[in-house]
Parts: sequence; structure tokens; C-alpha cells
Amino acid sequence: MPGASAISIEGVWKYYGDYPALRDISFNVDAGSCLALLGRNGAGKTTLLRILGGLSKAARGRVSILGKDTRAGGSRQRIGILGHGIGVYEELSAFENLNLFGQLYGLDNPRRTATEWLDRTGLERVRDGLVREFSRGMRQRLAIARCFLHQPSVLLLDEPFTSLDDRAIQVLQDLLKTALSEGRTIILSTHQLREALELATDVALINRGKLAFRGARTWEMLEDPGWLYRHYGEA
Amino acid sequence: MKFLRRTLAIAAKDLRSEIRGKEAVNASVSFALVILLLFSFAFDLEPAVIREIAGGLLWLIFAFAGTLILNRSFARELVNDCLDALLASPLSGAQLFLGKCIANYVLIVIVECISLPVFVIFYNVVPQRLALLFVVMLLGTWGITVIGTMFSAMTVNLRLRELMLPTLIYPMLIPALIGAIELSRVLITGAPLAESLFWFRVLVAFNVVFTILALALVEIVLVG
Repeated sequence: MPGASAISIEGVWKYYGDYPALRDISFNVDAGSCLALLGRNGAGKTTLLRILGGLSKAARGRVSILGKDTRAGGSRQRIGILGHGIGVYEELSAFENLNLFGQLYGLDNPRRTATEWLDRTGLERVRDGLVREFSRGMRQRLAIARCFLHQPSVLLLDEPFTSLDDRAIQVLQDLLKTALSEGRTIILSTHQLREALELATDVALINRGKLAFRGARTWEMLEDPGWLYRHYGEA
Repeated sequence: MKFLRRTLAIAAKDLRSEIRGKEAVNASVSFALVILLLFSFAFDLEPAVIREIAGGLLWLIFAFAGTLILNRSFARELVNDCLDALLASPLSGAQLFLGKCIANYVLIVIVECISLPVFVIFYNVVPQRLALLFVVMLLGTWGITVIGTMFSAMTVNLRLRELMLPTLIYPMLIPALIGAIELSRVLITGAPLAESLFWFRVLVAFNVVFTILALALVEIVLVG
């Protein structure tokens, strides 16, 4: 249902000790849109994504995904999250990792789905190789496969382009474009502005825990990725 | 059915990782064998005295060696932020906890099954009722596993978790350990079983109460 709000964030505060990492953040993300969540290091992007993914609790405020609390079992089934850590096991093979998460997400045929995603992310050749033997880029591709495995309605991606080579970046961008065309909602936090802005329909900029900008992505941003920081970034 | 499937998926994953890495089991078995060996040289006791203290000796070794396995249980999830990936999935805290308990339980029982024959050989103590002693081992080990896995989850993000885990779990385990020690003493010495019925009830009650408590509280422990 394009236009309806898939993600709702209302007055969210988060503290680390006395330090407010997020200060009264409020915005919605429409279903079927892609929001580029931007900000300098330590701005609070990862903290916000963790709260949205149900991995951390807000001190104040409320978040909901597809109208439900983020820790509700039904919500988690519909969220795919890729954090800073890749979330795959070193002692398991690529296939075993995806098969495990397929089982946890209750997929009908986790083995077949795991094989499909190994193929889509170009890891079919190393299907039975242990992750501990993988390069950083291969690990990241496996993490992307884990995130997409259960066809989530909402994708929360924190620095997904990290360690990927040109080809893998293209694979990820194609996956994200397909996800968007299928009506999935994406929040993408990254420092790689050009890649993010090419995909994004909307942009949010956080400065030291405060929302500095929230609006549609414009051509100005696309032509000059630094424009947003110059106009709305911290001095 | 989904509950069981997810629980077993976690247990299988932990066991597979441990079989490939052998980090915890190797350390635990080595530790148990070294302690058994050292104690056998350190004390020169009469056979009757050894039989009296055998239960205590065995359970202290099981508890210490078990901690080495329990310490790794949630710490293993820190590599690559796997705990976050699990918590972000529809897996409930109870399923994660129970899956880890099953894997830890299997590993600790394996360590015990290796240690017990070594104990019999080194100390020349043949338990009078071996089958019942094995039942007590299974019961006592579940108590150690439940408490240890719960505290492993609680201490997973602490810098000194290797130190904190034993410091926290041993006081909690006192009723289960006393029960298991007392039952083992009776079964090794061949004393009348009626003497130990009370401790059997204590051990079963301990396991039931703490399993239910842990299942109810683990979600709060993991996410807050």
C-alpha cells in the first residue's frame, strides 16, 4: 500500500549513560520507499536502526513497524536487519548459516531457499566452505543473503556496502532495486552517499542525535552528494 | 512444533560449532582430568574415606569443568554480532535459551562420561548403584546447565565474564550441588536409598523452579 506509513518513529530518546545518543527523533517512512539515513560518525544512525530492529529499547518514545511493536514476533518475521556485525557463524558453512536462519524464520523449505540465495549473491561455489575461510567481501555477501532470505517487508541496512567490490555493490544495488519494485520498505544507513542517494526516495540526516533534515531526495542531492551536509550538517 | 524446531536448530548449531572448534570441550575435559589426577596424588586416603567424599569430589569437578563450557555458550554469539542476528529473528528468548541449554547439557554430560571412568580407575571406587548414579548425574547436570546458561546470557557483555560467571553461579548452585553430592554419596557407598529421598526432591524441585524462572526471564535479560 504505497503512501501508507510502514515505519513510525515518535519522540524517540536514547541515552548511553547521561549522553543522549538520540534526541526526540520523530518521522515516518512510507511503505515501498527507500530512506537514506545519513549522518557523521556517532550521529546516532546505528542506535536508531537497532531500536527499529528491536535490538535495543528507546528510553522514551515509540517505534512501530507495520503498525506493530518491533519486538513482537510477527514484526520480526517481516524485518530484515543487517548491522555492523555480519551475523553469521564462523564455524558453519555458507549453506549451513543460511539454512539455520531459514529454519529460525520458519521458511517452508529453508534448504532450497538457502541454495537460491547463495546463487543470487554469487556464493554458490563456496556453498560448503566454512565462513572462517571467507574474505571480508564474501562474508558481507553472505550477510546480505541472510538479511534477504525470508523476503522481509522492511529492510534495515547499516553500512551494507562495506567491504564489497564493484561487482558485489552492483549485485546489492540490484537486489535493493528489486526489493523496492516489489514494494518493500528500506532504511539504508551509509557513508557512501552516491550509492545511497541513487537508490533513495527519501533522506533523513541526523546530527548528534537530532533530526536535522527529513524530506524527499532531490536532484541536487544526487548531483552533489555533499550538498545535504553543507546545508543541514553540523557546522 | 515451531517452538521445538527452532529450539533444536539452535542446539544443533551450537553442537556443530563445538564439534568443529572443540574449544570448550577440549578445555573442559583436560581440566577435569588434570584435577582428578592431581587430587589422586595429593590425598592418600583410606578407601572408605574416599567413598564418603567421592560424591563431593565428582560434583566439584563437574561444576568447575562445566563452567568452561557454559562460559563459551553466549560468548560464542558475540563473534560477528551473531546474537543480534538471532534476536532480530522471530526466535524467542525461551527458544534460544532452551536450545543453548540442550547443547550445553549434551557437552557437559559428555565431559562427565569421560571423567567418571577415569575417577573409578584413579580412586579405585566402584559405585554400588551405577545406573542410579547416572540418573543423578543427569539431574544434577541439568541444574548446573540451567543456572549456568542463564548467567552466561547475563554476563555475555561483561568484560570479566570468565570471572563473573563462576562467581555468580556457584552460590546459586549450592542447593543443587548439595543434593547431587548427597545422592551420589549414598549411591557410591551403597547406603540405604531412603536416606537420600529428601535430596532427590530438592534436586528435582530446583531443576523445575529454575527452568521455569529462566524461561520466563531470559527475554528481559537478553533485550532489556
